[in-house]
Amino acid sequence: MNEGIWPAVLGRFTWHALPFVRAWEDPNASEIIGAGAASMVVIGTVFLVVLITGLRKWRYVWSEWLTSLDHKKIGIMYIVLAFVMLTRALIEGVLMRMQQAAAINHPGFLSPDHFGQLFSTHGTIMIFFMAMPFLAGVLNYVMPLQIGSRDVAFPLLNSVSLWLTGGAAGLVMASLVVGKFSTGGWSGYPPYTELAFSPDVGPDYWIWAVTLGSIGSTLTGINFAVTIYKMRCPGMQLMRMPLFVWTTLCTSILMIFAMPPLTVATAMLALDRYLGFHFFTNDLGGNMMNYANLFWLFGHPEVYILILPAFGVYSEVISTFSSKELYGYTSLVLATAAIAILSFTVWVHHFFTMGQSANLNAAFGIATMTIGVPTGVKIYDWIWTMFRGQVRFTVPMLYSLAFMMTFVLGGFTGILLAFPPLDYLVHNTLFLVAHFHNMLIPGLLYGMLAGYHYWFPKAFGFRLNEKWGRIAFSCWVFGFYLAFMPLYVLGAAGMARRTQEIFEPAFRPWLYVAGLGALVLFCALASLFVQLWVSIRERNVNGVFAGDPWDGRGLEWSTSAPPPDYNYAVIPRVHNRDPFFDGKRTDDPYAAPASYEDIELPKNSRTGPVLGVAGGIAAFGLVWHMWWLAIIGVLTVVATVIARSFAREVHRIIPADEVERTEQRWLRAVAEATPIPREIEMTSANQGLADPRE
Amino acid sequence: MKISRGRPLLFTTLSLFVLSGCAVLKLSVMNHAGPIAASQWHLYVIVGIVLVFVAGPVLLLTPLIAWHYRLTNKHSAFRPTWNFSWTLEGFIWIPPIGIVIGLSFILWHYTHTLDPYRPIASNEPTLEVQAVALDWKWLIIYPDQRIAAVGQMVIPVGRPVHIRLTSGTAMQSLLIPQLAGQIYAMGGMTTQLNLAAARPGVYRGENTQYNGTGFQNEKLDVIALSAADYDRWVARTRASAHPLDAATLAELYRKSSQPQPLFYSSVPQHLFQHILAQAKEPRS
Repeated sequence: MNEGIWPAVLGRFTWHALPFVRAWEDPNASEIIGAGAASMVVIGTVFLVVLITGLRKWRYVWSEWLTSLDHKKIGIMYIVLAFVMLTRALIEGVLMRMQQAAAINHPGFLSPDHFGQLFSTHGTIMIFFMAMPFLAGVLNYVMPLQIGSRDVAFPLLNSVSLWLTGGAAGLVMASLVVGKFSTGGWSGYPPYTELAFSPDVGPDYWIWAVTLGSIGSTLTGINFAVTIYKMRCPGMQLMRMPLFVWTTLCTSILMIFAMPPLTVATAMLALDRYLGFHFFTNDLGGNMMNYANLFWLFGHPEVYILILPAFGVYSEVISTFSSKELYGYTSLVLATAAIAILSFTVWVHHFFTMGQSANLNAAFGIATMTIGVPTGVKIYDWIWTMFRGQVRFTVPMLYSLAFMMTFVLGGFTGILLAFPPLDYLVHNTLFLVAHFHNMLIPGLLYGMLAGYHYWFPKAFGFRLNEKWGRIAFSCWVFGFYLAFMPLYVLGAAGMARRTQEIFEPAFRPWLYVAGLGALVLFCALASLFVQLWVSIRERNVNGVFAGDPWDGRGLEWSTSAPPPDYNYAVIPRVHNRDPFFDGKRTDDPYAAPASYEDIELPKNSRTGPVLGVAGGIAAFGLVWHMWWLAIIGVLTVVATVIARSFAREVHRIIPADEVERTEQRWLRAVAEATPIPREIEMTSANQGLADPRE
Repeated sequence: MKISRGRPLLFTTLSLFVLSGCAVLKLSVMNHAGPIAASQWHLYVIVGIVLVFVAGPVLLLTPLIAWHYRLTNKHSAFRPTWNFSWTLEGFIWIPPIGIVIGLSFILWHYTHTLDPYRPIASNEPTLEVQAVALDWKWLIIYPDQRIAAVGQMVIPVGRPVHIRLTSGTAMQSLLIPQLAGQIYAMGGMTTQLNLAAARPGVYRGENTQYNGTGFQNEKLDVIALSAADYDRWVARTRASAHPLDAATLAELYRKSSQPQPLFYSSVPQHLFQHILAQAKEPRS
């Protein structure tokens, strides 16, 4: 394939880029695992295609989902993507723990190169293709409902964001089947990721996946911020917004300001690698310190992009399941805004060890500790929300409680790390790995899972199975402590992160415990899937079509479950912070309006899927130096954007009588449902109608 | 009472497990072997104690309040519209701010006294050492003695050691937990690290920044010897081993792991400066 036209067509591709070929030629455990993972991707894709074709569902999938501009469907698709990617990245995490437990004075079963790819994909996926889609999905689904809107400000842009993220995630999946991924970690530090040290395709996969994903996230941030500013229903002043909307707003603003430095950093690295620039190389005046600054100028706000939405979820969950108004609403809003602003003032703490002066390190260390104040305030606000309430230990509430107690330990080690002299000792060790998992597992994953359990009945019209929810919860919590507490000890003893083989027998017991914890975390994920399966099977018993299974407080509970395409037949008007909760107690929230009107909604569009797929293909072409493919991809993107600008029919009308039929069907179901007290909300007696009497 | 036979065995295994678990801390800063690490450990303890009082209330209050105000407890108060108290607000905001201000003074002080660039005050003369990060090994140059070693750094007990670091390849980071914290080594740039050993021993040093498939092998034994033993080591190294000439240096630059330490009887003058300059030149 090195002669004639082939180099122009196939670029850098050779048969050895295929893991199957490598495994065939050198069948060791590492290569066989690689080929196995690649087959999973191929088999999964083929299975999905055959299944949809067999069920003759292509039209349904295309017109009801892939091209939909409905914020609720886009939200669900984001979360499906997040679960797929979570599965892959969690298995990678388990593999790494197994390797380290097996590789004490022994090479283990994964080659160093394979191990390097695993920690890079694990981190990249968990941040960009699990956490970001998960929170984007929850935000998408919930926020417009909470502000009493029918959609986001830019529905098409929303679809484009989803598909850019999807295209980028597809690129990371493609790296399992064709070629190799980067070994430069999720932060892709040059000069290691420069051509001089990593000439293969790996860093290019990383660069383009992250670039596409970061553009998608910037657009999401713009979209959500504008939605919140412009699309709130009458009466919803800023200080009446649910706290989840506040955290969404702060996260969106962070995305707008924090994502571009990342896009710029990866673009500059791409210029280095493709066009011989020297931004971050050792030679010709390049300096990797610029990369470190740009990356963490994104990277630290990113932490709060990930954590703030979860804070919003906890605020909703704790208030609802304590049957009580949120304590210190203003305090919580101020704390959220303070965290958002302070998050831009601490980035240097990611590289205290780069040799800058003590004054600089001390200033950034103090700024870092300062963030602890508003964060601590939030924790106490949630505690005082439970105070004098009626706390119900549902699954979302269990996640919230586990979060508060676990997150505070992460905060503890975070303050230790904020002291530059202490950071010098544990930077780049497993202590750091333990710390950020200690922040992000409770601060992101538990939050998103709490949100998933809390709003699932709203999205699909039935409750999730309680027993399996508790099993999954227990596994996530015990698994976390088993897997990550030992890493603090190992890190304090100086065990470097990203180590494929260990030469210190004293590390053995701790690595065994951590390995066991990883297996428990795997069981946690499996339990979530079992729960979903069981819940779907018993969906008819646990239906909550009336729409209010938890005696909810915000507007999102005042419509059917699932909500109609148009969310609200009549745009609501609010007078206080808990409009639906108070409405149930002073008024009849289910009274039919005098008349219905035609409703205008955005029409489906192919633009999103075409842009995402073409963007992914262009990126794939760039990775493999298949220039013709990259050109086709880019031209398709440009042509699609131009073609879309000629589209005139971008709305569809839902006629008033159809709205009326839909609403009456729901109101009949509400009239027939039995109102239930909170004591039995976790049983099948819950039909989605709350008994407002105390 | 019948005691099953399995139990003592289980107990023994468990206690062995715990004991071997604690062995790991001997490698950490807890078992510090020099003034810098000792001071860092003191800082750990101070901050740790303060933080117990920060985290403790949350760890106690969260389960207590959640459980006391559970729905099924009919004896607990229920005030669904109570949502603010200036007193509580004061307790939430003021003590944390006070603690952060207090910690800031500690942080400022220790960040300056433990600045890796700050020379260690001592009556003994400072030993100059230069460390070059290579793939996947550390080249240690003694500019005054004109000798060098790979994979091993020998230092005299009680004398301050001033290390200048650079990298001949990608960025790396040198950490010796029992002696001092880490600092990056970057191509074309110099960073500095000051440390000292208070007692003889072998302390594990390593690169903590991933730099390729040989990363896990990149260890550096730091051997602290008494002054007399150190002088003997210098003399022995000068007398017996090979010189570090251009060919040997080129060999070291190639990507490889070096399981056994190597010693060089002489090094070219200004080798470190030469390596620094070379990193900035265009790669052929």
